[in-house]
Amino acid sequence: MRRGGLVVLVLPSVLYLVVMFVYPFGYGVFLSLHPAKGASGASLANYLGFFGDPWQLRTIAVTASIAVPNTIVTVLLALAVAYAMRRGIWAERAITTLLVLPIALGTVLVAEGINGFYGPKGWLNQLLQLAGVADLPRLTHNYTGVMIALFVQHFPFCFLMLLGYISGIDPALESSARVLGARPWVVFRRVMWPLIAPGAAIAFALVFVMNFGVFPSAVLVGQPAGATRTIAIAAYQQAFEHYDMSMASAIAVVMGLCQLLGLAVVVALRGRLAATGVATVGAGKR
Amino acid sequence: MIDRLRFKLSKHFGAKNVLDDFALEVHGGEFVTFLGPSGCGKSTALNLLAGLLQPTAGEIWLDDERLDPLPPERRGFGMVFQNYALFPHLSVFDNVAFGLDVRRVARASIAERVRRMLALVKLEGLEARYPAQLSGGQQQRVAIARALVIEPRVLLLDEPLSNLDAKLRLDMRAEIKRLHQGLGLTSIYVTHDQAEALSLSDRIVVMREGRVMQVGAPADIHDRPRNLFVADFVGYRNVLTLMVTARGVDGLVTAEGSGLRVRGRAEIGPGGAVLAAVRPEDVRLSDDAGAVGGARGMVRLVEYQGREYDVEVVLDSGAVLKARVPAAPKIGDAVGLALEPGRVVLLTPEHVA
Amino acid sequence: MRGRVWRLVVFVFIVGFTLNLVGIVSHVAVSSLARRWFATPLPGAFTTEWYAYAWHEFQLPQVLTVTATVAASVTALALLLGFPAAYVLARRGFRAKNAVLLLYFLPLLIPQMTYGIPLATSLYRYRIGGTVAGVILANLVPMLPLAIFVLLPFVEQISESLEWAARVHGAGRWQVFRRVVLPLALPGLLTAGLLVLVNTVANFELTFLLSGAGSQTLVVALYYAVFAAGMRPIYSVDAMAVIYMGIVLLILVAALRFVRPTQMVFRLGGK
Repeated sequence: MRRGGLVVLVLPSVLYLVVMFVYPFGYGVFLSLHPAKGASGASLANYLGFFGDPWQLRTIAVTASIAVPNTIVTVLLALAVAYAMRRGIWAERAITTLLVLPIALGTVLVAEGINGFYGPKGWLNQLLQLAGVADLPRLTHNYTGVMIALFVQHFPFCFLMLLGYISGIDPALESSARVLGARPWVVFRRVMWPLIAPGAAIAFALVFVMNFGVFPSAVLVGQPAGATRTIAIAAYQQAFEHYDMSMASAIAVVMGLCQLLGLAVVVALRGRLAATGVATVGAGKR
Repeated sequence: MIDRLRFKLSKHFGAKNVLDDFALEVHGGEFVTFLGPSGCGKSTALNLLAGLLQPTAGEIWLDDERLDPLPPERRGFGMVFQNYALFPHLSVFDNVAFGLDVRRVARASIAERVRRMLALVKLEGLEARYPAQLSGGQQQRVAIARALVIEPRVLLLDEPLSNLDAKLRLDMRAEIKRLHQGLGLTSIYVTHDQAEALSLSDRIVVMREGRVMQVGAPADIHDRPRNLFVADFVGYRNVLTLMVTARGVDGLVTAEGSGLRVRGRAEIGPGGAVLAAVRPEDVRLSDDAGAVGGARGMVRLVEYQGREYDVEVVLDSGAVLKARVPAAPKIGDAVGLALEPGRVVLLTPEHVA
Repeated sequence: MRGRVWRLVVFVFIVGFTLNLVGIVSHVAVSSLARRWFATPLPGAFTTEWYAYAWHEFQLPQVLTVTATVAASVTALALLLGFPAAYVLARRGFRAKNAVLLLYFLPLLIPQMTYGIPLATSLYRYRIGGTVAGVILANLVPMLPLAIFVLLPFVEQISESLEWAARVHGAGRWQVFRRVVLPLALPGLLTAGLLVLVNTVANFELTFLLSGAGSQTLVVALYYAVFAAGMRPIYSVDAMAVIYMGIVLLILVAALRFVRPTQMVFRLGGK
């Protein structure tokens, strides 16, 4: 029996992804360089059009103004909570199970729930009124609404991911640092953070990329025609309202490049934040 | 140099008593071992001393200082962990320097002390390596150097040899012995391996299910186990039930059974039952099946062990004795057996626990 | 002392966040049962009529049929294509392994809106876009890698020596697979299947981009209903949301019997 023979078993799945993922991607890039109207041959007209149109260009700023602060807040809070819970807490299983809900239910349902719960007639506003808050800020169908929706969606994701990561770090490392004379904060800064940083970087990158692609939340709890007209909305409108697949592909490519830029920043930062060496991180016990 | 460490500790996890009023006084410079099977509470006791766990009740005193309210970083102890717990992101040098660094010792002094310590554990030249690039034995030395460099008031060692292979374990055992003899550090060592405990310790505490079974010098534990548990744990693999036939004025009793007759110390009168515990090394075989004070039996199993043979003999009474002998009998041979006088431990039923 | 305050703050935050989640979800549920509800803690009167209304108005029988077809097909295909791949990845090293892993990883990493638009463009070009088949094929793109990555540790746990033992004792390759590998991998297949199922039912973006009038899944129908809020009473939209929620929760509860919540998100590091 040839030892390599079994490897053909990966071929169906690889072929599928080549045909359904790699090829469309390439086709999209090709299409974006061949504008629907105008001359034959490759042209940057779509990209020039996008960057030349303030209404389109603004979507990058809008998306970044949502994605960047949201990612920072989400990751920092998730990191703090996951670190504090690394040795387990009361009712942990119940809490983590509840936290899976928004991940499993998906953006559309969470958006509808936020419209109700945070809406002008919702429970939260009723509670705030009872508490005597006079000037009720509007929390839905604007920038704030999208921020809330993304946080509700991505905090649990980020938290569960980091909890799994942090609980995989050998607790004896922390113990030995303590016995050697390090206070809890020093333990975090000198021992735990360097080990957590790679995981935090991945979490940051994933959350940023998801935030930058925000679509349903931006439509359903935001102002899709104004303050939260994100780049994904612009791409969608080109494709399915103007039927300009070429321009839509160009916008999708720009979106992908922005996400790549975010990843690159994280990778660069990670190189500077974390010391060298190999982290011993297992699958995690929780 | 500390004068003495005394403590009395209890630890419950929920309804489970992991440690029950465990009290001990350790003298300055002494090497004390907590010995017992897994789950006996020995590691819990060590973690309580280190401050990594909070006792349910009890106190820890080091000379005139009460330690138990202090967090681990303020106890001034050193600790070697079972898996070494080296910081994977720090080089060997930085691992060893860690404790000095967090104490804000001056840079030059750190370099000097780390270098001296690495020389002591024979790791010169590996300063820049990372833990993942070291062998198990080298990692172990780094862990020891890291614990020693801060000049700990007490050194705690939690099964430091159990992750090493058999040969390296013997080498490192000798190394630890050498370091202790050279530095005279007060040390508390946790292990489930009786050979380690016997070779390293000034005093051994045998533990079981959170309680102390026996405290004593290695020779005490080895030769005079106080109960069946300790006897079994330190290698008394033969246990026979005998009947006391006589008791002399000197307190020595004579017990007989299975054709054997032994003399030993036991607080029990004639007619009572005693358990006689004997190591295989202290069982003698002879061709002379009629030896005085001996029994007769038949060889049913012979295992070659290198220099010696492990032999199982079925006595006429049906009891089975294990013996370790220099020359191999043949299976089915009829042999006479005798027990080395003075090497048999007699235990009365209240010592069974 | 400071540590305890810190722990308390974190605990209050996490409990607050969880309560917030419960509020979001139960607000939808309460609304779906309200006859009329306007700025009061609870509606004055309850009714179940919105469910019947939603059932007809949103053509739920047809939508649910599509959802079930899509979810079942994607799950079956993901396992069928994914298991052999996971098996090979767990057992063999080969030259292109890292490239293959990257190929599997990208559809999970890149947001669906980014690759969904070019994918939709290609599929509409070949007239698969807008059909149920198109929705299935598109959803398989992220779900196949998901199945593979969930299956991988399960296959790794099956010691290869068990297979050798079976071979030595006379089993052929197919018999080894049928009688040793498959039974031992069953928990993994079940876990992967449930996770793919729940993710497909809840997957919005790709389905949204690829579905036409007759090929919407429940979550996409829900999106259009929320998007067009005001066309129909909000209570009926919430009734549909509760039906969707019920289905997802049912699968989720089944899935959580096999996996810990932290395993529901990406495995960090490792492969």
